[in-house]
Parts: sequence; C-alpha cells; structure tokens
Amino acid sequence: MVKTLDKVDAVVVGSGWAGGIAAAELTKKGYKVVGLERGKAQKREDFVGAKDELRYDVRKLMFQELNKETLTIRNTLDETATPNRSNDTNAINGTATGGSGVHWNGMVYRWLPTDFEMHTKTVEKYGEKIIPKDMQLQDWGITYDELEKYYDQFEKTAGISGEPDPLRPGQRSDDYPTPPMKETDIIRTFTKAAKELGYHPYRIASANISETYTNPDGETINGCVYCAFCEAFGCDFGAKADPIATVLATAHKSGNYELRNNSYAVRIIHENGKAVGIKYVDTETGEEFIQPADIVVVAGFTFTNTRLMLLSEIGKPYNPKDGTGVIGSHLTAHQRNLTHTRVRGFFDEKKFNRYAGTGALGVTMDDFNVEQLDHTKLDFLHGFCLRTSQRGDRPITNNHVPAGVPSWGKEFKDKSIFYANRRIDVQQQNGALAWRENYMDLDPTYTDIFGDPLLRVTSKFHDQDRNIVRYAHQRGKELLEQMGADHINIPEITEETEFDKTSLSDHTGGGVVMGDNPETSAVNNYSQVWDMDNLFVVGASSFPLMGSSNPTATVGALAYRAAEGMIKFLENGGGQLVKKEETAKV
Amino acid sequence: MADNNSNNPKNTNEVTDPGRRSFVKNTGIAVGGVAGGALLGGLFSSRSKNDSNSNTAADKGSGKEKRYEEARMYFTRIADFAILEQAVERIFPEDDNGPGAIELGVPYYIDKQLAGPYGSNVGDYRQGPFIGSKAAASDSSLDRGQIFINGLRTMDAESQKRFDTNFVKATEDQQLEIMTDFADDKVEVKGISSKGFFNLLRSTTLEGAYCDPLYGGNRDMKGWKMKEYPGAIASYAHMIEEDQFVKMDQVSLTDYQPK
Ligand SMILES: Cc1cc2nc3c(=O)[nH]c(=O)nc-3n(C[C@H](O)[C@H](O)[C@H](O)COP(=O)(O)OP(=O)(O)OC[C@H]3O[C@@H](n4cnc5c(N)ncnc54)[C@H](O)[C@@H]3O)c2cc1C
Ligand code: SF4
Repeated sequence: MVKTLDKVDAVVVGSGWAGGIAAAELTKKGYKVVGLERGKAQKREDFVGAKDELRYDVRKLMFQELNKETLTIRNTLDETATPNRSNDTNAINGTATGGSGVHWNGMVYRWLPTDFEMHTKTVEKYGEKIIPKDMQLQDWGITYDELEKYYDQFEKTAGISGEPDPLRPGQRSDDYPTPPMKETDIIRTFTKAAKELGYHPYRIASANISETYTNPDGETINGCVYCAFCEAFGCDFGAKADPIATVLATAHKSGNYELRNNSYAVRIIHENGKAVGIKYVDTETGEEFIQPADIVVVAGFTFTNTRLMLLSEIGKPYNPKDGTGVIGSHLTAHQRNLTHTRVRGFFDEKKFNRYAGTGALGVTMDDFNVEQLDHTKLDFLHGFCLRTSQRGDRPITNNHVPAGVPSWGKEFKDKSIFYANRRIDVQQQNGALAWRENYMDLDPTYTDIFGDPLLRVTSKFHDQDRNIVRYAHQRGKELLEQMGADHINIPEITEETEFDKTSLSDHTGGGVVMGDNPETSAVNNYSQVWDMDNLFVVGASSFPLMGSSNPTATVGALAYRAAEGMIKFLENGGGQLVKKEETAKV
Repeated sequence: MADNNSNNPKNTNEVTDPGRRSFVKNTGIAVGGVAGGALLGGLFSSRSKNDSNSNTAADKGSGKEKRYEEARMYFTRIADFAILEQAVERIFPEDDNGPGAIELGVPYYIDKQLAGPYGSNVGDYRQGPFIGSKAAASDSSLDRGQIFINGLRTMDAESQKRFDTNFVKATEDQQLEIMTDFADDKVEVKGISSKGFFNLLRSTTLEGAYCDPLYGGNRDMKGWKMKEYPGAIASYAHMIEEDQFVKMDQVSLTDYQPK
C-alpha cells in the first residue's frame, strides 16, 4: 500500500550540495520543501573524535551502502556487465545527510569559458575535422560569463579561501571571501620549481577555510586547524564548508524545510507530462509513500538522477547505436585508474611533514589548460591542471615506494617507512570528453533491494583519453626533476589500461545533460527538464563533459541557477524558462 | 604468534624484552602446524630452535598485563591461524625499523575483522550471479572469511606439494616462493584468484600494522612510531608551515576521543 502524503511546494531528492542549495533558496523565499535522503541523519557531533583511518578511509563508512544498490560495469555493448560489489573496489559517493559534500576534500575550481561552449570554440579554433569520429562535443546553452555570478554565490556561501588564477584575468567579479590557506614546505617546493620553469602556479581554492567566516545566509564556518582527517571524514571542527554547516542549516532555520532521512526515492511520479511527486520507501519500516509537490527536484548525484529518469520513463533513453535519445548519454569521468593517476617523486635527503594537512591544501597551475594549448600539435583535445596537495598522509593508505621495489616483504617495509615523509606527488586533472558508446542504461540482470534494475555503465577508454594523461605525466615528471626528486614513478599507461570497476569517481557526469536543444539534451540551463516543466534534475548529471578540475563549484553554480529558475517558475505559475532553440546542433 | 604462546605452557615462564628485534626468527614456532591442531607446545620450526624466546607482554609471567583480547574469534583451527601468522610476518617482517606483523598484533587483528561484518561482506552487494573476473576478493561468491580459509589452506597444500612439509615449517625462502606465486596469480584457489586472496592478505596486514590500536593491531602504536606517524592529533596549525621535519609523539583514539 502506497500512502500519498499532503502536497508541498517542492520535494527535493538528495541533501548534498545540489539538493541543499535548492532547499535553502526555496525555503528562504517561504516555499515549503520536503527533502528525501536515502542515508541516515548525521550532524557535526557524529564527527567528533572520528580520526579513525580504518573506519572512514579504508572501510568507507560514509560512502553509499552497496548492499542496497550499486552500479554494474562493462566496456562494450556486447559484454555482460557485472556489479561493483564492494567499497573495497571502488567507493564512489556519499550517503547520509549532506551527501558527498560532507567528506569531500574541498578543492574548488571554476571551469573554463571554453568548457561551456566546447563544440563552438573547438570548431572556431580548429575546424570540425579535429573532432574524432564518435566523440560527442556539445555546448551547454549557457556561457561562463552568464554563470559567473552563480560561481561567486557558491564561493560566498562556502567561504572559499583562495587567490586568483594569474592566467585567467578578468574572469572574477569579486575576490575569494577568505585568503588562501597556510603555505607548507611542499607547496613552496612545487611553487618554486613551477616558477623556474616559467609556469604560473597559484594556491588551490579551498573549502577548508583559512579563517572563521560568516556567510551571507548567516552561517558560520570555523577556521581550519589542519587536522589531516579531511577527505573521507566529516570535520569535527565545523571548519569544512559542507552542506550541513551551510545550506541545510539555512533551510532548517527558515522553518520551511523538513528533511526525511532513510527515505529512498524509487520513482518520479508523473501524469500527463507533469511531475506529481516522488515515490519513496522508508527503509526503517519498509513503508512506501508518495510525496506530491508543485515542483520536483532530483539532486541525487549523476547515477541516481539518470536512474530515476530511466526507471520513471521520462525523456527518451539514449541509444548508443544510432546516437538518438538523451537519457544516459555523455557519461564522462575523472577516472581513478587514468585521470587520477599521479607522478610520484621520492627525495632521499629531504623530509616533509606529510602526515599534516587538509583536503584542499595545495598549489595548482593552468599552463596546460584547454585554452593554453595548441591542439594542432597534440594527439588529444582539452587540457589539464597540474598540482600538488598535502592532505595529510595516513599510514594504511600511503605506502608508496620507488618503482622496482616490491609491494610486500622486507624491502617494501623498509622503503615504505623510509619514504613515508620523503615524497611529493604531482597530479594532473584533465578534461574528459564524451564518446558515443560510453553511456548509462538499466541493467537487464541485477536489481536493488527493492527489485528495481541497477544502473549499468558501459564505457571504454579511447586513445585520446590515454594520450592526454601520458602527456600530463611527462610535464609532472619535469616538475619533479626541477624540484630535485631522486626517484620518479610515472604510472604506466598502456593499451591495456582500460576502464574497469575501479575507474569511476565522484567526478562522474552526464546522463541528464544540459544543452540548448531538446534533441541532444535533457535539461535547459536552469536544469529544468525540456519535456516536463515542473521537474528539475540538478547536479553533475547535467555536464556534457568533465572539465579539467574538480566539479563541485560547477555543481554549486548550476544549482544556484536552477534554484533561481524554480523560484521564477513558482512565482510565474509555470512554463518553460528557456525558449527551445529549434536549430539542431552537433 | 606470540599470543599463541600464551596457550603454550613451554613458553609461559620466559621473560623477554618486547622490543627485541630478533623476534621474527621465532615466528615459526607456530603451535601445532600439523593436522589436528593439537597444542603441541615446543613444536618449533627449524629456524626457531636456536632461539626460543617469545616476546609478548602477555605471556611472560613477568607481571605485565595480560592481553585478554587475544584469543581467536574467527579461526577455529589453530593450524590455519599459524599459517596466517607466518604469512603476515613475511609481508611485514620485523627488521631494523622495528616490529613485524606478529609483534604488532596483525594476526589477531585479522581474526577479529573476519569475525565481524567485514569478514562476511555485510556491506557489499551480494546478489548473484557471480560471473566474470575473480581478480578482486569482493567479486568472489566466497565471503572474506571463507577466502582466508581457502587461501591459507591452499598455501599449506602448495607447501606440502612442493617441499613435502607444511607452510609453517617450510623455510622462509620456501614460504616466500609460494607467496610470490600467489601474488602473481599462479596458483589455483577454489572460488577466488590467488592474487585476489593475496591482495586481501596484504591489505589486511597493512591495516593491522597501522590501524588505531583500538582494533587490536598496531600494538602500543609501534607501527605509527616506526613510520613517524602521529595518529589522532587535533591540530597541526602551529607547525604546518615548518620547513623542517617535526617529530611528534603518538596519540591514539583512546586518548583523543572525549570520554
Ligand atoms: C572523497 C571525496 C572527495 C571529493 N573531493 C572533491 C573536491 O576536492 N572538490 C570537488 O569539487 N569535488 C569533490 N568531490 C565531489 C563532490 O563531493 C561532489 O561533486 C558533490 O558532493 C556533488 O554534490 P551533489 O549534491 O550533486 O551529490 P551528492 O553529494 O552525492 O548528494 C546526493 C545525495 O542524494 C542522496 N541520494 C542519492 N540517491 C537517492 C535516492 N534514490 N533517494 C534518496 N536520496 C538519494 C545521496 O545519499 C546523497 O546524500 C569529492 C567527493 C568525494 C566522495
Ligand atoms: S583539515 Fe580542516 S577542514 Fe579538514 S577536517 Fe580537519 S579541521 Fe576540518
């Protein structure tokens, strides 16, 4: 028996940054919002005394409970996909109040103007022929300049600490709300080498913030104490900008927000082209409910967003064979076994305080971003940032040794201990572009605890994906040589390096993508579904590509834009917020 | 292993220095490596005959505190546990840096983990069919506890086959040879690739060496001390800008968490 509840103004699936921003903005305007969160309730008190590497960083306590639902993975259309069974293999995203935003690192980047007009700018600069067959480039239907004020809004909500990128003058309407974090020996070493090579390093903008700050909604975030239990952990000092400390607090303060935990959304209910509400299961009692609302907001991250659209039969599923349809298309990611591989430098004579740090403490540079490179001379499109960060190395998960040393036994033990604090890593983060046969649909075999099909991911690496990483590794190696590293490990990227169950990360986008044309996109630039005016699908699911840095500032900016659209929609009594452009692109 | 000795009447009166570096040599003593798992006190491997010191605080009769938490929760056969002790010590041996896996409590750490939700894959997706690669332990239809039993017993069988002796009594080089073949995925294990088992063995060994001591590994924070890792420190704000290495005292969650 499904029980239908009283209607509210908006129901929001997810309490992460995307859902939290929507909830805060709507409730501030007086709208009644119900949030549905599959995970448990959590608050800062839960993080006090939680400096336990095994529980959080190894057993991944804050990550999705795969015994309820997971993804299945395969490389090609003719293969049978198998499930990612354990967070040991790959822990991708969060669950519980605040979503992944609670245990993120907090590196905050704005994406590049080119990202939002990737097709137009590429063709303008190089002509159509530079785009490989089967690569899908698409504009977002919004430009960087139009998004800038929403980036600014996100940075102010989160109190971000940073300094401007010297290679991007004139792209900011205001300074970061707080100054950069403290500088460490590792940061100084990288910065010096990068400058000697003629590059333009600057400090990674950080959501672990440099001094206590009160945001425009009146929420206070404390100054970070550099405790080194940041990524994969909740902050016990209230010093990491997360949804709990900011947007969810603002929503609750309004008196208009009710967050229901242990509430698993299973369908978007719709009738005659209008969303009616969300059907969900209370996982503590097994009861099923429908929460009706004037507007329905789905902000459960890329996978849930795509899966709910497919399960609810909204929009046309993407067909990789002929490229028609949209739901499930443009799957892109910063892949752990490719994009996220690092060049590691080992120093025989120099020890750094690697055990200390914060999630976003580091230095980065944009000298190889898509706008700086001449792609006629390269075997890939897009570009990358190069950086080093000091997150605080914890001992179970950091046992790196120079190449050639075995991974266990006498020599391993000796060298892993010797080099524990004698290391600097250079990491690239490169743009990832969409390919025709990389997509998501529903799995024919495996189901979740409710009996619904799992989401199936089909994806393969292409030469370009490998080439850009190989090129970036060489630049990383040059930097480490300049720093004086005695041994440098360069990850081997061969033809055998392939997409697998370890690949996907919390930087995965696509499935419900944004654009200016309903033929090739699912949502408009307000994250409003083209075919269903009162349904908004918000988050990285709307990215037609993955830019060359971390995604959350862009998720946040798009969420502020979406919230503005929702308010317009409610104020004006409905309708499409963007005129459909009929000229078919791409 | 040292903890086995607390069951071993032959060793109970020995007083030893817990910091002794040569302890690793004793780790072959593993009680009852032979079938039946009887407590055959004094059944030492060839390597340990010359040096029968033991070295836990627990078993010395030296007035030191007994470690009541060091009894087996998961492993039923002492023989399996003895193989585990040898295997983890080969992965993380005692050396000039400090204690090896046994002295750090790794075997009991693993035993406790396998007895709990991790050992029976409670948090994992377990719907069949279990098809495709068994490269990772979590892709196996066996749970982690069963993987350990099959893996350890296959190591023993391999030793019998190759060297006509059980794994515990094989020489260190023979043990290393078998383990290398496991790591290189060259051995058949029922329900799991040998590499999948080995990787699980390796990762749980490192966990036991470096986890917070609350889990029974990293005994007396000796793993952290070797690595100059401070543990649960509230704040590094005062020293994060230093350009010299700063050595700090270790803090465990027992001391860090509010009580
Ligand atoms: C360890 C880690 C480090 C990261 N570091 C960075 C970084 O440094 N910089 C950066 O930019 N990004 C980083 N990220 C990524 C960042 O966390 C995400 O981009 C961001 O949190 C996405 O926000 P979201 O609200 O869209 O999704 P989420 O935070 O995933 O929130 C979605 C919420 O919806 C809930 N949900 C999902 N499905 C359902 C359902 N069916 N029913 C009910 N509720 C549901 C989930 O439980 C979750 O709480 C990191 C992520 C992780 C995991
Ligand atoms: S490093 Fe800073 S922001 Fe991160 S958890 Fe510690 S105090 Fe919080």
